[in-house]
Amino acid sequence: MERIPILKMGDCLLVTVQVDMHDQMALTLQDDLTTRISQTKAKAVLIDISALEIVDSFIGRMLGNIAGMARILDAQTVLVGMRPAVAITLVELGMSLPGVRTALNVERGMDLIRMSPANRSRHDRESR
Amino acid sequence: MTASQGEQLPIRTSEEVVVVRQAVRKWAVAAGFSIIDQTKVVTAASELARNTVVHAGGGTVLIEQITSGERRGLRLTFEDSGPGIPDIELALKDGYTTGNGLGLGLSGSKRLMNEFVITSTVGHGTKVVATKWK
Amino acid sequence: MPKPASSKLSEVLLRYESDILATWMQLQLSAVKHRGDLIKNSDLREQSARFLELVREGVQTGDPNVQSGAAWAATREMLESLSRSRAKLGFTPAETASFVYSLKAAIFERLREEMGSNPQALVTEIITASELLDVLGLLTMEMYQKGREGVIARQQQELMELSTPVVMLWDGVLALPLIGTLDSGRTQVVMENLLQRIVETGASIAILDITGVPTVDTLVAQHLLKAVSAARLMGADCIISGIRPQIAQTIVHLGVDLGNVTTKATLAEAFRVALNRTSRRIVDADFQASTTGA
Repeated sequence: MERIPILKMGDCLLVTVQVDMHDQMALTLQDDLTTRISQTKAKAVLIDISALEIVDSFIGRMLGNIAGMARILDAQTVLVGMRPAVAITLVELGMSLPGVRTALNVERGMDLIRMSPANRSRHDRESR
Repeated sequence: MTASQGEQLPIRTSEEVVVVRQAVRKWAVAAGFSIIDQTKVVTAASELARNTVVHAGGGTVLIEQITSGERRGLRLTFEDSGPGIPDIELALKDGYTTGNGLGLGLSGSKRLMNEFVITSTVGHGTKVVATKWK
Repeated sequence: MPKPASSKLSEVLLRYESDILATWMQLQLSAVKHRGDLIKNSDLREQSARFLELVREGVQTGDPNVQSGAAWAATREMLESLSRSRAKLGFTPAETASFVYSLKAAIFERLREEMGSNPQALVTEIITASELLDVLGLLTMEMYQKGREGVIARQQQELMELSTPVVMLWDGVLALPLIGTLDSGRTQVVMENLLQRIVETGASIAILDITGVPTVDTLVAQHLLKAVSAARLMGADCIISGIRPQIAQTIVHLGVDLGNVTTKATLAEAFRVALNRTSRRIVDADFQASTTGA
């Protein structure tokens, strides 16, 4: 079965969604990600959806779920690269993904992860 | 209002929902929709197609390019012979769900389209006609 | 439609076309509804001559179907462009339609002179001519209406685009001074412009200034929050500024929920917050000189 690849960069997992996912694929990604977070003890998940032409309520819910599950596993999630048309449509649909952090692009997302208080204090501990 | 051309597709699996999305995208582009309107109509189609699979076990969609005067639009007609919707008004409320979703499928797609008509007979099936004007 | 009836009309139109035109022009120029301020006499003469010619040609074909018959296509086309141009020039619907209706008197007069000895035939001809011009007059009204609607739609669109600028205040900070009421159409345009500019500039903060928004009711608040949510989905935070005391009162009275959006009284205050969040601040030049000098 087709799977969305998950890359590991330091203690961050990077997912770039590049295909129009059907529902089962989205659910598989959700499972794979939670498994990888707990296996690798990753502290952050960056999901790049700049290639996605639509996000409907199912994909939206999956993204919210991933953020929620990651939080329980002590990792933060940043969603990056949403297109303007997708953002407007999602809001109109009634979804604003309140529990998900967002950034304009991968670079900004990385900055956000680096600057987050949790990460900073951990660095402080490690450098001591 | 006249339909100039159209295409009918089956919706039985979640893979076919993706096929419907792509077909609707193609028609929206051909009708000259803006990127935002394309995205809205494809998203609505995705919600309605998923409803057809999840609640009725499958059905069909008819995608038609229509004109009324000088206006051009896209009309999507989803039909299934599933269990039907007993209370349409309730089904159109935000947050109402019988599946395990968020209950935004019907109400949300209604907001994304310009015209939205549901007819349903319990035990016989449901028909949703949703139109988006350029 | 009895053919012989219209053949007399057709004959009169053909033989006395220039006389009828002269009478008609006189009628139009002396009418109360004449708008010499909006249209030149030479243009009016040209239009009148063309219209009369088309009516004559139409009547000659004997086709009674003025509404959609092929014989009348050119006439309808001419009336359409005439109505459209008059709507744009500022003619009222009545003034526009009187162009067609004033032709009646000119034609009737000529018919009376020709057929005065045969009142019965005269009435028949008058009815025929009258019916014909009534339909054309109504078509004119309809087309005027359409032209007017087009004007309104275009103005609305222009107004919308004019009234929703997105300005860059600082590197990474955008501002949207909103003027007028926010309805769902406006909100769409505002959102589109805002999100597009976020992509272009890479801004991380947008200030929505509502100083120019007359009232904020539940619906307007919903629209504002939509724009805020959409911007946030793309990674930009919004601050709402320009909340006047009355607006603060209505917001509380109506129980409008602005969620956890940061709100500030003035754009200046919001700008200060925006700079703060992007790790910058405004320093007094004298103060800075004295500290760096020391």
